[in-house]
Amino acid sequence: MRAPSGANVAAGEVLLAAQNISLAFGGVKALTDVSFDIRKGEIRAIIGPNGAGKTSMLNVINGFYHPQKGTITYKGAPRDNMRPYRAAELGIARTFQNVALFRGMSTLDNVMAGRTLQMNKSFFWQCLRFGPAMQEEVEHRRRVEQIIDFLEIPHIRRVPVGRLPYGLQKRVELGRALAMEPELLLLDEPMAGMNLEEKEDMCRFIIDVNNQFGTTIALIEHDMGVVMDLSDRVVVLDYGRKIADATPNEVKQDKTVIDAYLGLPH
Amino acid sequence: MGADKTSLVDTFPKLLLVNAGRRANRPAIREKEFGIWHTWTWSQVLDEIRPFSIGLAELGVQRDDKVAIIGSNKPRLYWTMCAAQALGAIPVPVYQDSVADEMAYVLEHAGARVAVVENQEQVDKLLSISERLPSLSYIIYDEERGLRDYDAARVKSFASVQELGRAASAKLKGQNWEKEIARGKGSDIAVILYTSGTTGKPKGVMLTYESTIVSSRNANVFDGLTEKEEVIAYLPMAWVGDHIFSYAQSYVAGFCVNCPESPETVVEDRREIGTTYAFAPPRIYENLLTLTMVRMEDASAFKRRMFHYFINHARKWGEKILNRESVPLHARLIYSLGEIIVYGPLKNRYGLSRIRVAYTAGEAIGPEIFRFYRSLGINLKQLYGQTEASVYITAQPDGEIYADTVGKPNIEVEVKVADNGEVLFRSPGVFVGYYKEPEKTAEVKTADGWVRTGDAGFFDPKTGHLKIIDRAKDVGRLKDGTLFAPKYIENKLKFYPNIKEAVALGDKSDFVTVMLNIDLVAVGSWAERNNVVYGSYQELAAHPQVYEMLTAHVDEVNRSLAQEGPMAGAQIKRFLILHKELDADDGELTRTQKVRRGFIAERYAPLAEGLYSGAKEVDLSIEVTFEDGRKGNITGRVKIRDMQRHPAADSAATIGKAA
Repeated sequence: MRAPSGANVAAGEVLLAAQNISLAFGGVKALTDVSFDIRKGEIRAIIGPNGAGKTSMLNVINGFYHPQKGTITYKGAPRDNMRPYRAAELGIARTFQNVALFRGMSTLDNVMAGRTLQMNKSFFWQCLRFGPAMQEEVEHRRRVEQIIDFLEIPHIRRVPVGRLPYGLQKRVELGRALAMEPELLLLDEPMAGMNLEEKEDMCRFIIDVNNQFGTTIALIEHDMGVVMDLSDRVVVLDYGRKIADATPNEVKQDKTVIDAYLGLPH
Repeated sequence: MGADKTSLVDTFPKLLLVNAGRRANRPAIREKEFGIWHTWTWSQVLDEIRPFSIGLAELGVQRDDKVAIIGSNKPRLYWTMCAAQALGAIPVPVYQDSVADEMAYVLEHAGARVAVVENQEQVDKLLSISERLPSLSYIIYDEERGLRDYDAARVKSFASVQELGRAASAKLKGQNWEKEIARGKGSDIAVILYTSGTTGKPKGVMLTYESTIVSSRNANVFDGLTEKEEVIAYLPMAWVGDHIFSYAQSYVAGFCVNCPESPETVVEDRREIGTTYAFAPPRIYENLLTLTMVRMEDASAFKRRMFHYFINHARKWGEKILNRESVPLHARLIYSLGEIIVYGPLKNRYGLSRIRVAYTAGEAIGPEIFRFYRSLGINLKQLYGQTEASVYITAQPDGEIYADTVGKPNIEVEVKVADNGEVLFRSPGVFVGYYKEPEKTAEVKTADGWVRTGDAGFFDPKTGHLKIIDRAKDVGRLKDGTLFAPKYIENKLKFYPNIKEAVALGDKSDFVTVMLNIDLVAVGSWAERNNVVYGSYQELAAHPQVYEMLTAHVDEVNRSLAQEGPMAGAQIKRFLILHKELDADDGELTRTQKVRRGFIAERYAPLAEGLYSGAKEVDLSIEVTFEDGRKGNITGRVKIRDMQRHPAADSAATIGKAA
């Protein structure tokens, strides 16, 4: 698909850094002392066997979970007690492992929902069919239409998403995340449950998003082929600990990673 | 505007200049993008084409160079045709879904100098075969997405070529453009269209400006098309139909062509535009109808009853009203009520509210489907055409519509039927020849200008319309010399929903026999409704009641064959129902679901023998391939039914003569 551009992003500026993150739910340690960074413009993969803490890590990044220990530094500023809506305001968007769309609403409305944060005209104006709120709506609609075109889903513009096949729902969800014009896009298993063709399409969209909009992407994925093709750098988690952090090729040959995937006793 | 003046306008670039003057503010082309329709008027189109054309000249495109066009229907790709023609270059549209290898053949054969393509997908395809295409010096793309980092020396955007042209015309070079257009003549090659070629390599059909423009003008006169028409361009640009409908006829009549947002949104886009002139192959009409019926099943009981009541009423009277026959007043009143409640909304859904003329062509359309649309008041007609004829050979004039004919010869077209049943035509639209293949040209084009269509047909004695029955090479004769057209008989049978496939045998035999395949969905649901119990496909196919039902269908087909002059002798004498579904995995069908008659006759040789030996039953064991690749045997006993023959309708039967 493309040669990982590891060399040129390796020197890039750090967009988000996680330092010594530990997260526990009661006695269950979901993450233990995990540190890694995401650089501007890269595609960063987080992989690991089931229950390794990947989704927890994403939830920490976008402020859904609050780690007991450790700090997240985003764009140079450390943050604590981040709320998800605050993360969204700061330009972090995400998609979910299990599709989380408004099932009764059309594709268009779902993607429009991604722009809510940028709409700031008062309720009064929003009740009228003219005036600044209308202009705002037109402008946002234009952006949303570009995303719909980009993701090649104009034919389902008016279709309620509940009626769409799974692969398309995933694409709509990506569209909603893109509508926020995020700087950092978190994708939780974007290819889960897709067939080969849908996977290839999704890969192309992810690469295009990264190339064309310069969006930094952090993704969790199980399909190793996809990870190897897409990502610049890979961080590997196992039982809540970081066991490797390197380029895809290096990770592929790493003994501990192979052991973790083959399920060797710890 | 006298006729003498328009006859001087003998090329598309000249027509463009005329339209840009005379219809400056009328819409010429529309495209839906980002959810909104964008319109270009004729004068705006000129402003787009002119710089692009000069830009092409700057890139070195000269008279007689070939410019390949690859992509779905987009304004810029249509403009490319005219831009190339303005320089005397020849556009070569290519099927955009062909794989790289097929594309390489066409581009190599045509010797394309420049390719104008839709998007990254096509650019990648061309780059992957570029070592086979030494003459291809530039690739120009419409959509920029994903193409930023490509080698700009070779791969250019449409806009950048226009920029090049604008810069050049600022330096006064643009003066030459109009002169270059004036140098074009009607007898020049306007376009090379590669026929998709079901057999062998595609052939490049060369058409002149004269043939395309005269054909288009005659077609416009035939159906009274004006500059007010709206058409939607959604069929492949490389196909002659689209070239004539969406390009040539639009330039000649000055009407507006609408490019859909994407291939998947055509139905919705058609609805928004409300086309007045439409063309579609039968399967599109079939799909629309099936979709309607399926949706109606889900509607509330009241709506469903209302729908069926009015549709039945339309079946009875709709066509008569459309044909302006005399219809009792009460029927008219109910019909107009139906128009408000059912027909109107339905037509609106189909995007056919404003339709004046709709055509179907390409293959036979089921009479039920055909009548359904006509009964709603949609003027659906059939035509028969070919790339080699600039489309039009025959078409049905208004008021003379039959489900099973393709109409009368178009204006200035002569048609005759050869002794072997092959249809020949001669018209101003006849092609010049196949590009670089004079020997193949000589095979189909006679010295006095007649072209062999390769199709067999006859003129219906009752209506004077042409009927196409089969490919000429498949048409055989019975021992007594009667014309035997297997596909014609098979199609008649296949229009019954219960019959999925039919294989007609009879060449060099005493009479016609058929092997049938039941449609498991249709017959299965019939069985469910009638409490017929069955355990397998084989059991259902052999069920006496199923045989009864199909006997009735075959009898109806025989009755209709008896009405049709030369076909009367080819009535079905015996038939059987196969105990196994014909399948491409077993080589019985092609991958495009066409029956392989010869292969089936061999594979089921015992059945074929039984059909002609007079046996009542035949035992048979056949090897089959399962979906996972394993092989197995199906053994069974197949019954054979004898049929009654109907007397021929009139004495003209044996002649099969041409007009």
